[in-house]
Amino acid sequence: MGIDVQKLERFRDEIRLMTLKELNHLGFGHYGGSLSIIEALAVLYCEVMKVDPTNPRWEERDYFILSKGHGGPGLYAALAVKGFFPKDVLYTLNQNGTTLPSHPDRNLTPGVDMTTGSLGQGISAAVGVALSHKQSNMENYTYCIVGDGELNEGQCWEAFQFAAHHKLNRLFVFVDDNKKQLDGLTKDIIDPIDFVAKFEAFGFYAMRVDGRSVEQIYDAIEKGKAQSDKPVAIVLDTVKAQGVPYLEEKDDNHHIRPNQADQEAITAAIEELENKLGKVVS
Amino acid sequence: MIQTSPRTYELENIEMRQMYANTILELAKNNPNVIALEADLMSSISTNKIMNQIPGQLINCGIMEANMMGVASGLSLTGKIPYLHTFGQFATRRAFDQLFVSGAYAKTNIKILGSDAGVTAEHNGGTHMTFEDMGLVRIIPGAHVYEASDSTMLGYLLRKVEKEYGIHYIRTIRKNAVKIYPDGETFESGKGKVLREGGDVTIIASGIMVAEALMAADLLEAEGVTATVIDMFSIKPIDTELIVKYAEKTKLVITAENHNVIGGLGSAVAEVLSEHCPVKMKRIGVHEQFGQVGKVDYLKEFYRLTAKHIAEAARSL
Repeated sequence: MGIDVQKLERFRDEIRLMTLKELNHLGFGHYGGSLSIIEALAVLYCEVMKVDPTNPRWEERDYFILSKGHGGPGLYAALAVKGFFPKDVLYTLNQNGTTLPSHPDRNLTPGVDMTTGSLGQGISAAVGVALSHKQSNMENYTYCIVGDGELNEGQCWEAFQFAAHHKLNRLFVFVDDNKKQLDGLTKDIIDPIDFVAKFEAFGFYAMRVDGRSVEQIYDAIEKGKAQSDKPVAIVLDTVKAQGVPYLEEKDDNHHIRPNQADQEAITAAIEELENKLGKVVS
Repeated sequence: MIQTSPRTYELENIEMRQMYANTILELAKNNPNVIALEADLMSSISTNKIMNQIPGQLINCGIMEANMMGVASGLSLTGKIPYLHTFGQFATRRAFDQLFVSGAYAKTNIKILGSDAGVTAEHNGGTHMTFEDMGLVRIIPGAHVYEASDSTMLGYLLRKVEKEYGIHYIRTIRKNAVKIYPDGETFESGKGKVLREGGDVTIIASGIMVAEALMAADLLEAEGVTATVIDMFSIKPIDTELIVKYAEKTKLVITAENHNVIGGLGSAVAEVLSEHCPVKMKRIGVHEQFGQVGKVDYLKEFYRLTAKHIAEAARSL
């Protein structure tokens, strides 16, 4: 099955643009880990996932859980682009009384399947969802993005053991391997050593792909779907603040309160994407 | 059911764990959405029979309580009704943030049985003995907290929570309780149960302390003091109306719990009294102490959790 790469790349650009505009409107936020998952979100919401924006709790949908909840602004942009809610709602991010809090809340935002933000917990919920569907002979897929830093949490590895034991082949775990966590490089804090080898040792069908390539991500999902014995781990080789070169190079880019140079880069990135796409939101 | 003479205190024939396993088996057979979860304590709570009869409705999660809580939340997202069991301290102290965030904050639907209440953890000792579990769950917004005093009540509670959405924590012992209620006894949701009527003092108890409270009432009666005894099995929500009614009547209130006096029944009753009807009260329970190994009788004596200690408290007021 071929994919319309042009359409997918446009969808990706729209999510990136709206993420930047959303965070720029707020004035600060988790730029790093929101931007690094844009390609994965684009592939999932544009091509892969069975969802209905007019019926977010449709029983036959595929589930998505953002276990690294601090990437919420990226997810919200994807949901808005997909049509779960109007794009201008994105400008309420973190405002008093908003439906879009920093970390996703399933009771506030249409399209959010699980409340996350306390790291390590979303993956267990995803495993529960996948197990439930498997036991009920339903065909829903469950997709979950965990952070590379989040994998410090022991609960993730409990969940992975559980998923492999129950052969949850319709569970897809994406690792946003952007090499950084709040305090610095993952290899300096808790060296991940080799995620793919770890996942394989835990009983997953695991592979590493270029997290900047929507085609590679799509192909990896297709490969994962082609086997039926194991849960799937797709390690995304990404960088924090992906897609905004100046911010990618910045040492401390997990949570950004832009200085003048950062702000110029953000403004330029927004303009560049708007010129490419045409204005998406007035 | 007001208790009348002659008063006997006998252990039930059925263990609480058998009642749990039998009830969940029955619920699961009648409702395919009911799923029992265990963290390698299936044998301790007798749920092997569910595994043997309907294996698809029991998931042994292995020794991973945090993940078990998360799996339960995930099952709930798809309409399942998870009944999760582990020892009380693992369900609350160990997996508290999972219970708080993936459970209550995310508004999922999880039924939790915390077993081996307080001193009944006996030989498992301080690491496994929880005097904090009810306090920990009580502080969570929207969570419900119950302590079963005998098997009839446990069966009632397990059936009741199947029909109610949310986080329900039920505390129990695993072995035989003193029989308090006849089979088929009915209870009202969120309402305490008055077991004895007396005009001089009100003793409000839960769990294994209900029998001790009744025995304390016997001791006091022999001295001409009459006590009201209330089984306050619903710690949250708590029966404010009933507490106030009897506080106004007797002017003296004693609480009795196999739990830390901070956070549990004693705190809950004190909160009601101080806001609605300040009267003299004493809290029987564990004061600033950890658990330890020992037989139940020894531990009850050590932590001052007997009828004798309740009666002493009544006299001191």
